[in-house]
Amino acid sequence: MDLIVDGFRQAMALMLGLDRELLRVTRLSLQVSGSATFLSLLIGIPIGTFLALNRFPGRRLVISLVNTGMGLPPVVVGLFVTIMLWRNGPLGLLHLLYTPTAMVIAQCVIAAPIVTGLTLAAMQSLNPRLRLQLLALGASRWQMLWFLVREARLPLLAAVMAGFGGVISEIGASMMVGGNILGQTRVLTTATVMETSKGNFALAIALSIVLLLLVYAINLFLTHIQQQGRAP
Amino acid sequence: MNPPPSATAKRNGPALQATGLVVHLGGRTVLEVPSLTVERGEVLAIIGPNGSGKSTLLQALALLVPLTSGELRFEGESVHRGSDLVALRRRMAVVFQEPLLLNMSLRENVTLGLRLRGLPQSQVACRADFWLQRFGIASLATHHARALSGGEAQRASLARAFALEPEVLFLDEPFAALDAPTRAELIESLVAVLRETGVTTVFVTHDRNEALALGDRVGVLMGGRLRQLDRPEVVFGAPVDLEVAAFVGMETVLPGRVLAQEESLALVQVSGARVEVVSDLPPGREVLVCLRPEDVTLHAPRNGGSSSSARNRLRGRVSRLSPRGALVAVTVECGFPLVATVTRRSALDMALSLGQQVDVTFKASAAHLIPR
Repeated sequence: MDLIVDGFRQAMALMLGLDRELLRVTRLSLQVSGSATFLSLLIGIPIGTFLALNRFPGRRLVISLVNTGMGLPPVVVGLFVTIMLWRNGPLGLLHLLYTPTAMVIAQCVIAAPIVTGLTLAAMQSLNPRLRLQLLALGASRWQMLWFLVREARLPLLAAVMAGFGGVISEIGASMMVGGNILGQTRVLTTATVMETSKGNFALAIALSIVLLLLVYAINLFLTHIQQQGRAP
Repeated sequence: MNPPPSATAKRNGPALQATGLVVHLGGRTVLEVPSLTVERGEVLAIIGPNGSGKSTLLQALALLVPLTSGELRFEGESVHRGSDLVALRRRMAVVFQEPLLLNMSLRENVTLGLRLRGLPQSQVACRADFWLQRFGIASLATHHARALSGGEAQRASLARAFALEPEVLFLDEPFAALDAPTRAELIESLVAVLRETGVTTVFVTHDRNEALALGDRVGVLMGGRLRQLDRPEVVFGAPVDLEVAAFVGMETVLPGRVLAQEESLALVQVSGARVEVVSDLPPGREVLVCLRPEDVTLHAPRNGGSSSSARNRLRGRVSRLSPRGALVAVTVECGFPLVATVTRRSALDMALSLGQQVDVTFKASAAHLIPR
């Protein structure tokens, strides 16, 4: 019991004292997961929209793959991204392994299917006749797509939340492709694992609290936007 | 405030002309119309039962459904694969059965089509103001689309379409989802606006009364084919065949044969009775005698000469009474079943009951003969 109380007391001290190491790890977590989420939106929203609005042979297969991808185990992603970026791997020349870029790539691979799948669901929940109405109003193809995405913006925010929540709390892939290098690739999750294994509970608890607060704050913000769009 | 836009009266010739129109959907032929012309400035009402292809016809004419084969000319210009469909659609407007408003304010919805066209802000505002006012929803302009009632939303959808000042307006059952009083109000507004603007309109409905209220011409679409296209009084008074007759509300349809013909008056033998009908069909011709229930009058049985101008008087017994809103449909068995509608009031006054003997009368001009 003392261990926990003690841990919390020290954690508070670290957080209130704006511990340099804690700040650096937090900033990198936000940068990596934020970039990965942003990239996954660039990939997932167009693909999800395409899958929702078009009928083509093999569509069901693609959708089932996307749905499987939504539950992709991060360690598997970590393994494959590591192999790809390995010194004599296909992309070894880029020297990306154990850099934040590698972590962004891995997290993007994790988040993209989540965003794609939720975008697909969001776009399919729209009234199918809305497309016809937009075309009838004189919308070009791009205008129609823009307004459809705009119509689905509330469920799309859920996709953003799920994508970001998935990658900021992910550890396996970040550990494998980032390597948890102090000052370079150490993020909140990998640092927590390391400090815990060292028995350094105070810092581990502080890192966990920051992680929880971050996830909470970001979801609070997105929920606020989402609920603002609802009818009174 | 802007004056209402005037109809496009610059050019001559029809607004829309379809030839050999065929549309397949899901491997099925849902539409096959050899020829259809929408004249500039007219309101063409297309009626037909559910699933008859009405909406597909409307969407094909509005360039929203690709033709499997056939040719479409819009304002004399042939529409083909290479045509700029967006540019052509921007000269049209469509109102669907559902209001299909977007998740934004009422005003933003009404201005949407104008903004898609990139019109200057001042013009957008001016037109929106006018049409919001015209459809009586100006006070709701800042409301969110989701906060509107069904009637208000459909007014918004109409205002959005009229704000585009289209050359052709398409209405796809715009009142079908509304309750009766709202529908009546909205039809009244629409009739007035259509008269003011004189905009060429294609109006699709399954409701005969709406077609009568709005259409300059009425087309009857059944099974994807245009069975009849004529002025409303012709379609409703002289349907071309049995199915059209049944759809336009001819409830009594009796097989018979013309016995004699004199001065456009045919004497027709139907089972157990003879009736006179205005028609030029020659004796010996097998026909169907069609009658609308509202053209048949009931009387207490009486002997002697008729005092009304009705040419036909038959005696029978009431075999069925079925209420229809404010009316009662009375089936009278007079050798054949004949349906008449009377108000509830007169049904009470006559103390109608099953098996009761009554006289039915109808004018020779009210009945219509379809040759077989």
